[in-house]
Amino acid sequence: MTKVKTLADLKKLREELQKKIHVRESGDHPESTVQVKVAMATCGIASGAKDVMVFLMEELEKRGIDSVVTQTGCMGYCYAEPTIEVTLPGHEPLVFGFVDKKKADEIIEKYIKNGELVDGIIPITYQSINENQEEGQQ
Amino acid sequence: MIKHKIHILVCGGTGCKSSNSDLLVSTLRNELIENGLDKEVQVVLTGCFGFCEQGPIVKVLPDNIFYVGVKPDDAHEIIAEHIIKGRKVQRLLYVDPKTKERIQDAKGMNFYKKQLRIALRNCGFIDPESIDESIARDGYAALAKVLTELTPAETVQIVKQSGLRGRGGGGFSTGLKWEITAKSQADQKYVVCNADEGDPGAFMDRSILEGDPHTVIEAMAINGYCTGADKGLVYIRAEYPLAIERLKIAIKQAREYGLLGQDIFGTGFNFDIDLRYGAGAFVCGEETALIHSMEGERGEPTFKPPFPSEEGYLGKPTNVNNVETYANIPPIILQGAEWFSSIGTEKSKGTKVFALAGKVNNVGLVEVPMGTTLREVIFEIGGGIKGNKKFKAVQTGGPSGGCLTEKHLDIPIDYDNLIACGSMMGSGGMIIVDEDDCMVSMAKYYLDFTVEESCGKCSPCRIGNKRLYEILETITKGKGTVEDLDRLRNLSEVIKDTSLCGLGQTSPNPVLSTLDNFLDEYEAHVKDHKCPAGQCRDLMTYWIEPENCVGCTACARVCPVSAISGERKEVHIIDAALCIKCGACLEKCKFNAVYVS
Ligand SMILES: Cc1cc2nc3c(=O)[nH]c(=O)nc-3n(C[C@H](O)[C@H](O)[C@H](O)COP(=O)(O)O)c2cc1C
Ligand code: SF4
Ligand code: SF4
Ligand code: FES
Repeated sequence: MTKVKTLADLKKLREELQKKIHVRESGDHPESTVQVKVAMATCGIASGAKDVMVFLMEELEKRGIDSVVTQTGCMGYCYAEPTIEVTLPGHEPLVFGFVDKKKADEIIEKYIKNGELVDGIIPITYQSINENQEEGQQ
Repeated sequence: MIKHKIHILVCGGTGCKSSNSDLLVSTLRNELIENGLDKEVQVVLTGCFGFCEQGPIVKVLPDNIFYVGVKPDDAHEIIAEHIIKGRKVQRLLYVDPKTKERIQDAKGMNFYKKQLRIALRNCGFIDPESIDESIARDGYAALAKVLTELTPAETVQIVKQSGLRGRGGGGFSTGLKWEITAKSQADQKYVVCNADEGDPGAFMDRSILEGDPHTVIEAMAINGYCTGADKGLVYIRAEYPLAIERLKIAIKQAREYGLLGQDIFGTGFNFDIDLRYGAGAFVCGEETALIHSMEGERGEPTFKPPFPSEEGYLGKPTNVNNVETYANIPPIILQGAEWFSSIGTEKSKGTKVFALAGKVNNVGLVEVPMGTTLREVIFEIGGGIKGNKKFKAVQTGGPSGGCLTEKHLDIPIDYDNLIACGSMMGSGGMIIVDEDDCMVSMAKYYLDFTVEESCGKCSPCRIGNKRLYEILETITKGKGTVEDLDRLRNLSEVIKDTSLCGLGQTSPNPVLSTLDNFLDEYEAHVKDHKCPAGQCRDLMTYWIEPENCVGCTACARVCPVSAISGERKEVHIIDAALCIKCGACLEKCKFNAVYVS
């Protein structure tokens, strides 16, 4: 049984345990984290969205980027699946099409880390996947 | 270590558990296993979200989606649609009572927007049965800090400077109480947590113990360090089985981790906690009565001084604090006195948890900064009055408090303002009353409670409250006189002045404050023998409007006491002397011929 004998023990234990509930913390503060949404409807899953999602989750964490990866329904760009939507804190969401692991890697390195645009952005004529962004403002 | 990518939080508070959230959890887990998702998605049973009326509550993170009224049968759809396909289950989303819109993201809920959760910070967020989740949220970090970095006196100073005041009702400075207990000389001292919570409608202490028991354990240990006590006792009502169970689990885990017991953090500090059960008498929440009850004596208050801080349990210095008071301690230690005292009003710092009940849309538990107005709490967080009725009053402070009306809505809520308005903070009950509620009946309801709960030691409280109740009963029966109103007032003053404990000293408050604010309603009862709200049955008369009556006989057939007479196709008549005012005829008549006034 873990015995917490010293302050250092507690700190070490806390660090370990914090990772386990990190998803909850960042979900609670969406405005300060990078948000990535992966389209995971039938069309997305068929074209490998699941692998991309897992890749994104693992890589973002490995590279130490405070982020939330969630899945969403079909974005309506079935032709360009897998599609992902990336929202940097304080920026408009951007949608990327035909995202495989290689593309995902590029998006992380260039867009998410440095804000550089990369190929594959789907021109936006719609607002966001989240249908009701405005609600709450009363 | 498994790291789950999606967390499904299911409320395991008393309210939601009673609507079967346990089965919901096991069904969700089974669905996940069937779909091979149990390594990716975690189902967590948490404490209360404060939204009990619409429970069971399910929150999905990181999407931040809030589902209400979820049944075990809905588990399949949540997994198949939301988790697998990423489509929210629209029909389970919370509907805003004003806009009637389904809220897509919990951040958009007015119920949570104005809240600031300090005492409730972990309720509805962590699994209360896991010490690990508590540690991940800084559990025991404050204890570690005081033991390794601060002296007891420095710690007391932080609590004092934070401005924290007791949340159990009295509002006494917590730091000062700790200082007095620390300065009392004795070979043995005790730390007591008052978890008796007996106000009708209040459940904040229960929710904290159910949702975040470790915070209370940690704070009691901190108090032990400050005051020089190595023994803690939680006095908790036996009617709170879930809170007791969670507390027991938490104490066991803390012992296993070495966070309770001998030589905590290798500093030589020893501390352990035991439970004591109360049988559910309201007066046992009063600290001296509570101590006597723990000693195995009758649960009756005794005269103060000596205060428990000087001479308490077994005659030893005893620090008694309320559950919510303790729950504020760890954040104060970690984030500092300045942070805490920057929240709230001049003399009331931090937040207060309120239990909203009665005629309000969002019934539940809310935590707001001191200084928030009643209007914000009732109309923004509470979502306004049910069924678009008109707000009439709000009773704060439970049976010891008073009612506040329309004209008090914009006053910032704090200890002193509430007292200035003739009410009090109490433990934080807020019962909202609308135009259909009779204020005389409300006062009667509280007096009924007090009469039941008075310990009987003082005659003014034992007999006086009974007389108050009887006068109110006479008035609601339509047999009161104008002199009765003076009698109520005089008797109330006597009871307040001559009772020993807080129960008797405050029990007439609901009478006095309704007399002050709603004298016209009392007068209508005693002068016109009418109840303006239409609630006092004995003051109602049922009659049939001849113009509308077609003689269908429906009312006569439904009347349980045969008070209605009349031939077929002829106008019917109610015999007022026989009528028991059950309302059956009114409901039955299809021609709007039955009236009540
Ligand atoms: C009739 C009566 C009932 C009380 N019930 C409670 C209670 O249920 N819980 C509580 O914490 N304090 C209750 N109190 C207040 C306690 O006597 C005491 O002031 C409080 O526990 C001190 O803790 P605090 O300083 O943290 O508020 C009650 C007082 C009276 C007079
Ligand atoms: S005031 Fe009432 S409850 Fe309090 S000690 Fe006297 S009789 Fe008992
Ligand atoms: S109110 Fe009830 S008792 Fe009175 S007349 Fe109607 S049915 Fe009969
Ligand atoms: S018990 Fe579930 S929200 Fe309160």
